[in-house]
Amino acid sequence: MHELSIAMGIVEAATDEAQRRGVQVAAVHLRLGALSGVVKDALLFSYEVACQDTPLAGSRLIVEDIPVTIFCPECKEMRVLGSLQSFACPECGAPTMDIRQGKELEVFALEVQE
Amino acid sequence: MSEPRLVEVRRNVLKQNDIIARGLREQFREAGVFVVSLVSSPGSGKTTFLEKTLTLLQPKYRVAALVGDLATENDAVRLARSKAPVRQITTGTLCHLEAAMVQNALEGWKMRDLDFLFIENVGNLVCPSSYDLGENLRLVLMSVTEGEDKPLKYPTIFNSADVAVISKNELAAAVEFDWEVARKSIESVRPGMRIFRLSAKTGEGMQEYLDFLSQQLLEQRAVAHH
Repeated sequence: MHELSIAMGIVEAATDEAQRRGVQVAAVHLRLGALSGVVKDALLFSYEVACQDTPLAGSRLIVEDIPVTIFCPECKEMRVLGSLQSFACPECGAPTMDIRQGKELEVFALEVQE
Repeated sequence: MSEPRLVEVRRNVLKQNDIIARGLREQFREAGVFVVSLVSSPGSGKTTFLEKTLTLLQPKYRVAALVGDLATENDAVRLARSKAPVRQITTGTLCHLEAAMVQNALEGWKMRDLDFLFIENVGNLVCPSSYDLGENLRLVLMSVTEGEDKPLKYPTIFNSADVAVISKNELAAAVEFDWEVARKSIESVRPGMRIFRLSAKTGEGMQEYLDFLSQQLLEQRAVAHH
């Protein structure tokens, strides 16, 4: 399980951004891609642990799940994959590795108080 | 206290790792060394496979290896039999390697003196997928004893890999390994990936894979010089 080190990375990034702005963080909004290799539940649990004794203690982690989006070489359209077990267009079945979204592991926004 | 408001920050959590990985990749390119990282489950035969790879490449190439292991130095001791320079990265409780660990482990090694560097990740098919190590090629290894559907169970790591090796082929008949099902599983989670089926023990299939590595090295150097 590497979610604790990821959670510590989130806390570090958010703390740094908050300190630069001189604000208090109430919540961290994270964009989490289905291909990021990070398990959401384990991350939520780890986040609480990682926040302890930091300026972010008591803050919430709000996770936005980002599904995998591919660009279908046949349809010439963006398509959202229904499953990680098949990297193929859900409409026409063309296999593809043209992945446009789904690897995100990004602190997207902070809910702050001045 | 004022009402809470939302501030957009857009910050990649693995930015630090990615920056170090990019630096390593640039360093490898300049030195003309081709870097392969290996990921697999525990017990898939990664160390035997790597020992064989190092031994067979050596007559022609200068090779070295970094091996990640949770607690022991057994892997490094086994790999040292190949006579190639080997360094151990003991990760303690950490289940994966990160770019900074690779960078530290390379301290003092002259990259220009190498043709190939192998980085054996910790035996784990989940955690290593998130971390770029600056490698040129990520090789995922599975043995015939693990079952044909392994790629479907761990799609993220298979998807992130560049080539797949199916090892312990000498046991394929005994475990009734269905090659076609395995090939389809890999193709489904990582379309177009090159697959090598081999036995590190008997040497069967090793030459095709070694030729592929030689070709990759040539191509990388051709690109680096233009």
